[in-house]
Amino acid sequence: MNLSTATQAETATILTTQRLCKNYPMGELTVHALKNVDFELREGQLTVLLGASGSGKSTLLNIIGGLDKASSGSVIYRGGDLGKLNDRELTDYRRHHVGFVFQFYNLISSLTARENVALVTDIANDPMKPEDALALVGLADRMNHFPSQLSGGEQQRVAIARAIAKRPSILLCDEPTGALDVETGKLVLTVLNQVNCQTQTTTAIITHNAGIGALGDVVVRMSSGQIAERIENATRANVEDIEW
Amino acid sequence: MSALNTKLLRELWTLKAQIASIALVVAAGIMSIVTMRGSYESMVDAQQQFYRNARFADAWVNLVRAPESLRSSLESVVGVDAVDTRVTFIATLDLDDSGIAAHGRFISLPEMGRPLLNDIVMRQGRYINPGALDEVIISEKFAKAREFEPGDSIRAIINGRARVFEVVGTAISPEHTYAVPPGAIYPEDERYGVFWASREVLGPAFNMDGAFNEAFVSLGPGANIDAVIKDIDNLLEPYGGLGAYARSDQISHLILQSELDQNRITGAVIPVIFLGVAVFLLYLVLGRLIATQRGEIAVLKAFGYSDWEVGGHFLMFAVVAVLLGGMVGMIGGALLGDAYIGMYSTYFSIPNLTYQLSFPLMGFAFAACALGAFTGAVAAVRHSVLLPPAEAMRPEAPANFRPGFLEKLGLGKLMNATGRMILRNMERKPVQGMFSSLGIALAVAILTIGFFMFDSVYYMMDLQFRQIQREDLNLTFREILSEDVRYELANLDGVSRVETYRLVPARLRFGHREDEVAIQGMEQNGEMRRIVNAAGKEIPVPASGVVISAMLANRLGVTSGDQLFAEMLNGKRRRALVPVNGIIEDFLGLSVFMSKEALWQLSDEPGVISGALLAVDENDRETVQRSLKEMPAVTGVASPTTMLKSFEEQLAASILTAAGFLLGFASIIAVGVVYNAARIALSERGRELASLRVMGFHRREVAWLLLGEQGVVTLFAIPIGWLIGYLLSYSITTGMQTDIYRIPFITEPRTYFTSALLVLIAAIASGWLVRRRLDRLDLIEVLKTRE
Repeated sequence: MNLSTATQAETATILTTQRLCKNYPMGELTVHALKNVDFELREGQLTVLLGASGSGKSTLLNIIGGLDKASSGSVIYRGGDLGKLNDRELTDYRRHHVGFVFQFYNLISSLTARENVALVTDIANDPMKPEDALALVGLADRMNHFPSQLSGGEQQRVAIARAIAKRPSILLCDEPTGALDVETGKLVLTVLNQVNCQTQTTTAIITHNAGIGALGDVVVRMSSGQIAERIENATRANVEDIEW
Repeated sequence: MSALNTKLLRELWTLKAQIASIALVVAAGIMSIVTMRGSYESMVDAQQQFYRNARFADAWVNLVRAPESLRSSLESVVGVDAVDTRVTFIATLDLDDSGIAAHGRFISLPEMGRPLLNDIVMRQGRYINPGALDEVIISEKFAKAREFEPGDSIRAIINGRARVFEVVGTAISPEHTYAVPPGAIYPEDERYGVFWASREVLGPAFNMDGAFNEAFVSLGPGANIDAVIKDIDNLLEPYGGLGAYARSDQISHLILQSELDQNRITGAVIPVIFLGVAVFLLYLVLGRLIATQRGEIAVLKAFGYSDWEVGGHFLMFAVVAVLLGGMVGMIGGALLGDAYIGMYSTYFSIPNLTYQLSFPLMGFAFAACALGAFTGAVAAVRHSVLLPPAEAMRPEAPANFRPGFLEKLGLGKLMNATGRMILRNMERKPVQGMFSSLGIALAVAILTIGFFMFDSVYYMMDLQFRQIQREDLNLTFREILSEDVRYELANLDGVSRVETYRLVPARLRFGHREDEVAIQGMEQNGEMRRIVNAAGKEIPVPASGVVISAMLANRLGVTSGDQLFAEMLNGKRRRALVPVNGIIEDFLGLSVFMSKEALWQLSDEPGVISGALLAVDENDRETVQRSLKEMPAVTGVASPTTMLKSFEEQLAASILTAAGFLLGFASIIAVGVVYNAARIALSERGRELASLRVMGFHRREVAWLLLGEQGVVTLFAIPIGWLIGYLLSYSITTGMQTDIYRIPFITEPRTYFTSALLVLIAAIASGWLVRRRLDRLDLIEVLKTRE
């Protein structure tokens, strides 16, 4: 499958899942982490995935991001089935199409902010300049600092810059504010919001913080491995206005 | 079982490959001591016991003929404890099965009882019966090579007459632990044997009734060997004494002793290397293992475990590695020692030469390894265990990086992000990297030293047999013959060229220093025997005067242009001054060369020769050998090419064996260092590497990042290893050098190349093992956890 082919008809939805199931054998029991999940990400939209711990939201994100494979059902990205890709092709999918932001930043401690971004732009097809990506998250003046010289919020913003610098089709953020205090968390959300508006990157944010839902075009609430609710917000709230 | 011990067992199992690789290094260390030092001690024990039991003499003297009554005069020499005399001759053997001339050294045994000194040790059959005139005991190696057994008969040409002897037994003697035929430097058991027969037979047969032509003495306590030798020489001069010599110059003892010396030195150097690596590996592995368990240490301490309990828990990893390694090392060392001694007994005839398990030695080896290992382990454990629990429970502060020295030089700009990560990781922990390099360098050094030894032996052999001795056959005569013999020899079918030589034993004196040597009179412009120095350069034979070895010149204190006082030790025993015309750097340092004509003049015995060199067509060799067998005057026919061939075959076999062991040892070290370092790096940086995989880095790219550092460490180690190997080889060369011989310090480019290549292969194999783990990295799990 050629991942970069996008047809006109599919511009609205970039990725869909159909009857997606994920089972983990745990000794004699089987944990059903996902049960027949039908989900979609639309081009340019910001989707917020809400749910308690163990609701299956991270499992869903891992499968969408090509880190894990579904037990059954399919994930269709721009017309192609991710389930049919081998390890190498999944690596290429992550390399060229997906940007990740993690709860714990996962920066490379031996590289400066700029070099952490360059790590990704070096291997991408049509990346931004690392400097531009860092300017986008407001860190133009901290480019040559090592992770140990940056605050938590700054480190997370470097992680965001690193994720968007390759101009990914999908930006996946797993609890991006989970390790941050309220003020810093809001700053990071502002950056994510701004990136989504400016670059039109399809974005999914996982959080257990219901207040963040107001930021998204779409809010998907998960519970016990299923989608409990899907709400389309008529308007997106400002970061300053959300309740934490 | 306590929970802590359960944890220990589980983790030992998880870390089994790492523990095993450390255990192997410890095993190699113990094994090298137990094998090398153990073999050395066993050989020295067997040698000393043999010498004692056979009452091995302290000094020998050969002479033309002296009446038995002179024995009492020898006994009265100050310092002499016991004296024995005998008759000894070389005779041609008449072995009907082959055309190759074989010779026997016939040695007389007393008519009654055993020899007072230089007794023999029976191996098979029985001792000769008194009064039995046709009984002979033969040397064991010759018997084996020729398949003689007690009861067989053997024909020899004694003083021109054929005689048949009955073999009644086989024996060995400390004088012939390494039996070299005349004119050769390597044993040829097929064509040279020692024959012991009653003096009642040999005396009359060689016209030595009531006389002797060899005497030897043992010394009393506190005797001065030099004074004794001088007195004996004075006493025997009228009887054609050829100069007495001490045990240290007795050929069989000399060769055995130099072999033992070599073992003593390598047995000290190699184990030290292994011990060093074991200490370092335990420090490295344990230190980093503990660093990854910081949190657990804190929890244990928070629960109330004492520093000692926690420290002891981690030290158990070292204990297990050392115990396992110790067991493998001792068993392996004993087996290897046994095999090593077995190899020696094919060269040297020594009774009871078996590998002796020495418990004190094993105890020492184990204690040395354990001490080394625990030094490393304690240093590693101390740091973490002493941390207050609250501090230890916090994750270690994020690693502090900054552009290092190399980047400031501008090297960073040439690299991509991966290169910079490798560079900065190494610059942040330079000591760790240096130790890793040093470990691998030692593996390279071990191989370099091993191959160096073969290079130097090979060089010496090549020099001796391709540059110096270029004849096909080397004939030695029973007594001096006229130069005219050369025409007779030249007329033999198949002989294409003849050169003759004269050998005269002489005492050279300069000032108060003197040495006994053999002066070699050679043909000027000879093609088959030349003077060649250590560098392989030919030195022309001077028309007059002598060319002497640099080591002899040093012993005598002479330089080129000096006049030596020479005293011939046979024939007319002429004394004369002879100028030193040249000094030559060579390996056997007691050589004295001059032209044959000049030697004739010096000894006042013109026109006589001691032997001849023949060039023979390959196809006619057997014919020539057959003709030579018919010449009773020829008592030795040595074939340098045959010697070289058999030597090279044996050398090739021992190179393979030794290279196998060295390679095994070096691999253990290289794998131990590279595998452990990479495994630890993987556990320290697994999270970072998993992040890269998530971001779309391929397995190969991530592997490069992890293993690139080990690659740099390995590449850096190679020249260091060469240097260490070079220096150690050099010190081994000087350590083994005596003032009469030295071994060449030759290292071929091949040696450096091979040692580097072998270590690289071992490093790549270790990297491959770790890479398989890297491929199984759990991406999701790693991202979930806080570092």
